[in-house]
Amino acid sequence: MSMEDIVNRCGEWLRGTGPESDIVMSSRIRLARNLADYPFIRRCNDIDKANIESTVRERIVANPNLDRLNFINVAELNLLDRQLLVERQLISRELANSEGARSVAIDEPEQLSLMVNEEDHMRLQVIKSGFDLDGAWELINHLDDEIESKITYAYAEQFGYLTACPTNVGTGMRVSVLVHLPALVITKQVEKFFRSAQKMNLVVRGLYGEGTQAMGDFYQVSNQVTLGKSEKDLIYLVEDVIGKVLEYERMAREVLINEKQNDLFDKVSRAYGMLRSAQQISSEETMHLLSRVRMGVSLGLIGELEIPDINQLFIQTQPAHLQKIHSSELDTDARNIERANYLHDQLKLDNGDDPQVN
Amino acid sequence: MKCNKCAKQATFHITDLTGDGVLALHLCPDCAKHYLQTEDSEKIDASAMSSVLGKQVSPLNPLSKATEEMQDLDSRECPICGISFYEFRQGGRLGCPHDYVFFSEELEPLLQNVHGENEHVGKQPKRGFYDTQSQTELIRLRREMKEAVEQEDYEQASKLRDQIREIASKGVGE
Repeated sequence: MSMEDIVNRCGEWLRGTGPESDIVMSSRIRLARNLADYPFIRRCNDIDKANIESTVRERIVANPNLDRLNFINVAELNLLDRQLLVERQLISRELANSEGARSVAIDEPEQLSLMVNEEDHMRLQVIKSGFDLDGAWELINHLDDEIESKITYAYAEQFGYLTACPTNVGTGMRVSVLVHLPALVITKQVEKFFRSAQKMNLVVRGLYGEGTQAMGDFYQVSNQVTLGKSEKDLIYLVEDVIGKVLEYERMAREVLINEKQNDLFDKVSRAYGMLRSAQQISSEETMHLLSRVRMGVSLGLIGELEIPDINQLFIQTQPAHLQKIHSSELDTDARNIERANYLHDQLKLDNGDDPQVN
Repeated sequence: MKCNKCAKQATFHITDLTGDGVLALHLCPDCAKHYLQTEDSEKIDASAMSSVLGKQVSPLNPLSKATEEMQDLDSRECPICGISFYEFRQGGRLGCPHDYVFFSEELEPLLQNVHGENEHVGKQPKRGFYDTQSQTELIRLRREMKEAVEQEDYEQASKLRDQIREIASKGVGE
């Protein structure tokens, strides 16, 4: 599997399918696992890391039930390719920036990913498009069983799966749902949602986990606690809160349509117009404008675009993707020009007419 | 011991587990109250463990330890991976699975604060798992084998390798 293959295909979490996909981008579950017979990563030297990496890789490659996984040697990738995998949510920033033997195994649809030698020896991840945590759990539970049939995990009866950081011990599970909440942002209700999620011991972060500043009105909601609750209970906890957020976001959209129709249409068409006509544009501004267009599309205000088209633009305008598509390294200014060109091309109508917001 | 934020006597000893590491704070009752309230209302980014911990800190909290006791505790080192509790507090990451046993007395109240529980409920490995002793033994033997190889004592290294194989082949209660 080459990096070019990855750039040119869509990737599971951008597919725009699955339940509630107008608001929920993706449902993700990750499990932290460690080998029983090695120290945790911070006490591993280069040889330990190399041994862990080859042990995991060899045993997975030898398992015919896991032959859909392709290993990529992250240590050998250049900075741009590592960045690409981060933007794609296939590896973490931590894995991209760390040192020593490390790899990631992914399947073609980009639903499964297995990071080796991140904070823990193994980080298993499953992403499903839309709101489908049960589907994600089924997949990851199976993947975990298959790996465990060949690798003995560090596990203790009292503490469950043992992890390098005590905040992950127990199930080792992090459930995250990525939601798009433009109407709650416009109506200034998103803080309220933060507070109620916090009360439920959930964490809310931006798309790439960059603290509270959420780019493009995307928020990731995930569980904080990993010990003393079953996997199913942790899933219910997140599902419950997401169910409520969906309701509030839909209500806020309704209010905007019924009471602030002119404002709303104006915001959407200005955003669309700017994306089509800008000569240079930053990644942040693109995210911000695409967010509005995405809301316009899901409210039926822009007929010629669909949600998957917008999702695709979100990822393809990220810095590393843009440079891979352009097949050269670009500095920030050059990227801003290239991004504007790319958007212009992608949003051009076939018949050459100006697009209509109706 | 003086409060970290004013001149009064510190009576609250708070251990916060954050994404970047473990933060130890010694505060007087007033500053502690302020610190914890601020944590609650202003820290929207709950990725820091502090807000979760903060709510539960009380004078009866087992994490509140006298300074001397804290220093003793800090210098204890895991015999398997060599990490000290101080190093763990600095980096927020443990060194090996045995730390959960070796530092269990210190970790349990921390886990209780972070998770509200200290016992695992949920999935278990299907094949079973090594008991704590074999798990520890394996890590120790590997370490000794590595040292033997470094000292070019290949006879000893191959003995150790056989021992590792023996434990591993006994497996995990299949």
